[in-house]
Amino acid sequence: MPELSNSPLTPEQITANFCEIEPPLPMAEALFEAHRCLYCYDAPCTQACPTHINVPSFIKKIASGNLTGSARVILDANPIGSTCSRVCPVDVLCEGACVEKTLMEQPIQIARLQRYAMDHVISKQIDVFKAGAANGKSVGIIGSGPAGLSCATYLARLGYAVTIYERRAKAGGLGTYGMAEYKMTQQDSADEVAMIERLGVQFRLSCEVGRDVTFADLEAAHDAVFIGVGLGATNKLGIPGEELAGVYDALEFIEHVKTRDWANVPLAKSVAVIGAGNTAIDAVTQAKRLGAEKVMLIYRRTQPEMSAYEYEYELAKQDAVEFHWQTTPLEILANMDGSRVAALRCVQTELQEGKLTNVAGSEFNLPVEMVIKATGQQKQRGFLATIPGLRLDQSGRAVVNPATMQTDTPKYFAGGDCVNGGAEAVDAAQHGKHAAMGIHQFLTGETITLAGA
Amino acid sequence: MADLSVNFAGIQSPNPFWLASAPPTNMGSMVERAFDAGWGGAVWKTLGEPIVNVSSRLAAMDYGTQRMMGLNNIELITDRPLDVNLKEIRACKRKYPKHALIISLMVESKREAWQEIAKKVEDTGADGFELNFGCPHGMSERGMGAAMGQVPEYTCMVTEWVKEATNLPVIVKLTPNITAINYPARAAVKGGADALSLINTINSVIGVDLDTMIPYPNVNGMAAHGGYCGPAVKPIALNMVSELARDPEVNIPISGIGGIATWRDAAEFLLLGATTVQVCTAVMHYGYRIVEDLIDGLSNYLDEKGYASVNDIIGQSVHRVTDWGNLDLKYKTVARIDHSKCVNCNLCHIACEDGAHQCIHFTDVNGKQFPIVDEAECVGCNLCHLVCPAPGCISMVRVDDGSQTMSWREMTGQPA
Repeated sequence: MPELSNSPLTPEQITANFCEIEPPLPMAEALFEAHRCLYCYDAPCTQACPTHINVPSFIKKIASGNLTGSARVILDANPIGSTCSRVCPVDVLCEGACVEKTLMEQPIQIARLQRYAMDHVISKQIDVFKAGAANGKSVGIIGSGPAGLSCATYLARLGYAVTIYERRAKAGGLGTYGMAEYKMTQQDSADEVAMIERLGVQFRLSCEVGRDVTFADLEAAHDAVFIGVGLGATNKLGIPGEELAGVYDALEFIEHVKTRDWANVPLAKSVAVIGAGNTAIDAVTQAKRLGAEKVMLIYRRTQPEMSAYEYEYELAKQDAVEFHWQTTPLEILANMDGSRVAALRCVQTELQEGKLTNVAGSEFNLPVEMVIKATGQQKQRGFLATIPGLRLDQSGRAVVNPATMQTDTPKYFAGGDCVNGGAEAVDAAQHGKHAAMGIHQFLTGETITLAGA
Repeated sequence: MADLSVNFAGIQSPNPFWLASAPPTNMGSMVERAFDAGWGGAVWKTLGEPIVNVSSRLAAMDYGTQRMMGLNNIELITDRPLDVNLKEIRACKRKYPKHALIISLMVESKREAWQEIAKKVEDTGADGFELNFGCPHGMSERGMGAAMGQVPEYTCMVTEWVKEATNLPVIVKLTPNITAINYPARAAVKGGADALSLINTINSVIGVDLDTMIPYPNVNGMAAHGGYCGPAVKPIALNMVSELARDPEVNIPISGIGGIATWRDAAEFLLLGATTVQVCTAVMHYGYRIVEDLIDGLSNYLDEKGYASVNDIIGQSVHRVTDWGNLDLKYKTVARIDHSKCVNCNLCHIACEDGAHQCIHFTDVNGKQFPIVDEAECVGCNLCHLVCPAPGCISMVRVDDGSQTMSWREMTGQPA
């Protein structure tokens, strides 16, 4: 329902703006980088990776020309290695820990090498893992995002019959609907899902648990259930005018962008994004790349306090985004006929005795035609509460045994954002791995250790 | 600036940098361009009965991102008519009278053949001969090259033939494809050689194409062993040069060859007893222009060390090479790791653990794990120091007080 789409850019220009910010490594560069790796032992990069991919091992396999073996090392520790190679905040993970960064401020391009190996097997549809011999047991997985895909992959490799229930039309979760388009396309996510599908994992799409199938159905059909439902809608601002036309939820906006239907992506000349996390950065940069003239980021605290990664902030700066620090929105003001957004009424803030306080008399109006809310997502409190006995913590996260990812309701395991409150895809992949180990132990009594557990 | 000029067995050269007998010295125009670039001398591509070469001829071993760490060739001696070569040699020497122009020779094992070609070459005005007793491929199958160098009696005999026919200095080029280099070297001395040059190339098969399963270089589906050279062979060449430099029965000048690419390589050969050095692979890789830094680097090194002439360093390290049995068993070093420079690659640990003496363990320093050497267990082998990528992080520290020395020979009562 695009009521405004006044990008001055042609679709071709927009497409160019959304080309990958990290293009694939050409072979010569990949070999150079791979040879540059020191092959550390008990390597800092591997320790820094939440899924503990044996980074030196996969890189040396690239150097030796064993790309299939390289991809196997990656996928053994992280079934969504393709997604992670594109979206991981590597500056603060593997590449941040790389000894070459310590030695000469130039870490090995681990993410791009990982992508190089992953592209090899995905483009050639080389399946490095096969489904295990059927063990007669079945697991249902709610949600096809990073956590669910990871858990499903390991269980399929162990011989389980796995069915993923996904309420959306496409599988992949945030990998499909939520990653900034210049980092990862829907096709990249679809290719990864297809690889997992070839492993024998069943996908039931457009199937919402609690509506299309009941928990009773799930419990009847499966020996265990893994919950990887992520987070819900964006938090409300709780200020007047939030319901006006022209006010969007950041994830909803990003989802529009991911259709690449540029003519129908909502856009205005001036856009204000409220929040300063990584999703807020995704929103400001994408609004700018779509052709918005003036894009502002509104944050009630100071720049050093923003939760977005440093390199994400750099990206927004490069895209000429305007930053309004220590600014809190008080009200979204409508235009003359009251039909849509015309301005954002704000107030300056300051810290008084450690408390964020509005500065009296500092109110001002910021003319703006579109507002994007990026103030974090709500927990799936409502959904999770429907599972009898499942315990939630105060903030609405599912409580699990961290070793097994088992909830207080023994048949249910959980992982990903619905457990950690919102982290990286790679963290969700690790949860999926631990859950697969927990489910296997629960159902067979056998304790196994998966790669990088 | 230090004086780089040398007198090599009577051959004057403006500097010790010569081009080895190989493709870069194939013809007059090439040698002249090399002299213009700064090379002090050149050994002309081996003259003999013209041959027919194959295609392809070269193959290389890369290491990591470094191309051509080792080069293998199956090219033979000159394929140009003798009279053309002689004419160009004469013109070249006339144009560059102060440069060293040495002519490499290889003919069948007949006195007349060697003496005839030697006389023809002497007539051009060239400065000397290099007898090619080294090529391990192709010509050796015809009883020439390494086939002569591998039999000391032949080496002596052919050297005598050439010496009978000429008054010019005769350099004998030795093959490394033998068990001990001293024997052919002594045979050359016995035959009257004025100098030695070494090493020629080493027998080699460089690799196999994993798709076609044909070894390199592929000549219509077949391969033959070739001669190996380039940076990879330098340590072998340094050993052989130093063996001859410290052999009292070999007291003639040495031209060092094998993997020289930089002035540092050249300086090492000079220190171990070479008076001149010959370069080929590095020029085939980068061109004649590399001589600029060979000259500049060596000259600066001599200046910084306070030497007026390159002759002052020739052989300076020879007396530092001895037999293992004379090494001091009481000398003791251990590795020390400076944690302020450690980057936590842990290569020292795994190298010591799996490749040495299991004496690098981990210790907690301010909540972080660092490798640390158990000095009581450390044998001072250097391995951790060699694998460490962080400059200055691992040093080998002497721990004995130097008050006692004892070699294996002394310990066992063997004669020194």
